[in-house]
Amino acid sequence: MTDQIKAEKTEASEKVDGVVVGESRPAIPGMDQEGEKLSPDLATDDTIRARRSANAGSDSQVMHSRAERPWSFDVADFSLPTGREEEWRFSPVKQLQRVFEDVASEDREGDPAAEYTLDVPEGWDAGTLADGQEPRDTVLRPADRAAVVGSANAGPARYVRIPENAERREPVTVRIAGRDAERRSNSHLVIEAGANSHTTVVIEHTGSSLHNGNVETLVREGATLTLISLQRWDEDAVHVGQHDAEVGKDASYKHIAVTLGGRIVRLNSNVRYADEGGSAQMFGLYYADSGQHLEHRSFVDHNAPRNTSNVLYKGALQGEGARTVWVGDVLIQKEAEGTDSYEKNQNLVLTDGARADSVPNLEIETGVIEGAGHASTTGQMDDEHLWYLMARGIPEKQARRLVVRGFLNEIVQQIRVPELEESLMEAFEAELALSDN
Amino acid sequence: MSTLEIKDLHVSVILDDENTKPILKGVNLTINSGEIHAIMGPNGSGKSTLASTVAGHPKYQVDSGEILLDGEDVTAMSVDERARAGLFLAMQYPVEIPGVTMSNFLRSAKTAIDGEAPALRTWTKDVKNAMGELKIDPDFVSRNVNEGFSGGEKKRHEILQLELLRPKFAILDETDSGLDIDALQVVSEGVNRAHQGNEMGVMLITHYTRILRYIKPDFVHVFVDGKVADQGGAELADRLEEEGYVNYLKGAAA
Ligand SMILES: Nc1ncnc2c1ncn2[C@@H]1O[C@H](COP(=O)(O)OP(=O)(O)O)[C@@H](O)[C@H]1O
Ligand SMILES: [Mg+2]
Repeated sequence: MTDQIKAEKTEASEKVDGVVVGESRPAIPGMDQEGEKLSPDLATDDTIRARRSANAGSDSQVMHSRAERPWSFDVADFSLPTGREEEWRFSPVKQLQRVFEDVASEDREGDPAAEYTLDVPEGWDAGTLADGQEPRDTVLRPADRAAVVGSANAGPARYVRIPENAERREPVTVRIAGRDAERRSNSHLVIEAGANSHTTVVIEHTGSSLHNGNVETLVREGATLTLISLQRWDEDAVHVGQHDAEVGKDASYKHIAVTLGGRIVRLNSNVRYADEGGSAQMFGLYYADSGQHLEHRSFVDHNAPRNTSNVLYKGALQGEGARTVWVGDVLIQKEAEGTDSYEKNQNLVLTDGARADSVPNLEIETGVIEGAGHASTTGQMDDEHLWYLMARGIPEKQARRLVVRGFLNEIVQQIRVPELEESLMEAFEAELALSDN
Repeated sequence: MSTLEIKDLHVSVILDDENTKPILKGVNLTINSGEIHAIMGPNGSGKSTLASTVAGHPKYQVDSGEILLDGEDVTAMSVDERARAGLFLAMQYPVEIPGVTMSNFLRSAKTAIDGEAPALRTWTKDVKNAMGELKIDPDFVSRNVNEGFSGGEKKRHEILQLELLRPKFAILDETDSGLDIDALQVVSEGVNRAHQGNEMGVMLITHYTRILRYIKPDFVHVFVDGKVADQGGAELADRLEEEGYVNYLKGAAA
């Protein structure tokens, strides 16, 4: 698996590093790429040219640099999205109005809109952090209307602090259980992985709510943190959220977003670096059925030299109106020399009537990098895979399931929590049974 | 005792929605249990087309003629039904299947072919032994199907499946190409074991005579321009070794 990623890495790097990326470059079968953009500073270099967005429609224009995207803690700085904005153009904004509202959680006496349970070792629950109380608000910068109203209305943030040098195999879990699809819940969670700690944190979303949840993560020097966000909502839930992390010196951060449930889920997962030698891996897995809109956006900001990042999101879609979106931004800033970065999105469209959008954006402001590449494929199941399995006697239906499970398995394998992996594989079985695939 | 009969088979490759191109132009061939038939011919003569058509690849369309397994019409069967009926194709270019482990795949295939799951203990032992004989590293069971395998490793895995699934008839499509001499020997021994152990009939497609030193054919068929141009015993292979296909190609062109 790693080998495969590496091989593709080199292949894709060539397309950016030193090879013309203009309109005339040969199309790669099955590849659909959009939004590749290189800094104007480099545009004069005759080997690399800025490229216009290929699929942006009639008002095609060179996209704004991700670095220019505004952020603010002030709700007034973000007007209500209309759907025409770059960051909202794929989203069902009409159906998101209620999570854009600047309102408090609809908690009732003894009956919160969403119930929190922290299943963490003694001493790791560090209580709450008020608005602006450090380390809260040092990493997460609300970058859109949903995030800013979430941040402003969350109240005290839950604070999980993993002690320095702590090492734990079993994951710690934060459960967020929504109680009512009509009630708004705002939440802010701060996770701090102390220096040289090694842990896995699972955030599990279940039940139903109009949930606006931000997660702010600090991975201190030398720490290894796997953060798994499970969206296993009931089918009427709406969930918007921003997950920001800062990766410390020589630290490793792995973010895995797994979205199966919910009517609309829109998650922004962002990462940047505090120093050098950090590694960020951003994985995602989504399975959309009829009527679901599952949107994942990742942004890796290489704001410091000599860090690595690897982004891989995989999705399966089935049923009329099943909809997924992935937008992956990678920005390699001028000072980020020695960066090694790669991002990929793959979507498997299992039935007619489903639609997957996939947009990798890669901006490179320095030529002094180890590598930068991106890939995106969206398509139906490969007939040759089915052929091979069926030629060994495996009936078509079972062969299709094997291929889908295999496709998703690449992300599941990253979880490394056996019970969780099993439970997800079971959930996929149920999904596959739904579509009679 | 089983028989695989191919009668006056005409096949086209499907190029796109509208176009097809005729490749096989009347192939006749009968293979009985326990017989080894070598099919030899120049590149592009249609050998892989024949193999893939018998196994049921959707890219090939039977225009006329018959493929019968013990009198049953194979062309009416789906790909998986053919495999369950006892046909096996060792592919020239086995595909990689991401995320599906060899062990899961082998067990699924064995269960499908036998109609019941193999007894766990004996199965694990059988797989291990077969892998040992084919000099396949035991770690390969946890790797994904063909993923990152070298050309030679892929071919060994085709033969591993052949040995574990025990078909009535095996079609080997250039299993020898790209193998070094050691691998060729290991692979040939695997084919010979399956042949002797199960009275398996073999259609051995090859471009070169090299593999015939290890797998002894009962019959040799020369395949040119989509049909059998000549046939004989093992001695025909020796003649081809010396003369090549050049005489037949002249004939085809004339
Ligand atoms: N998908 C295809 N599209 C076009 N031509 C094909 C296709 N597959 C096979 N052919 C043609 O059919 C002929 C026979 O091919 P093949 O059966 O692979 O021959 P062999 O295995 O003997 O080398 C060749 O001329 C080849 O170019
Ligand atoms: Mg061939």
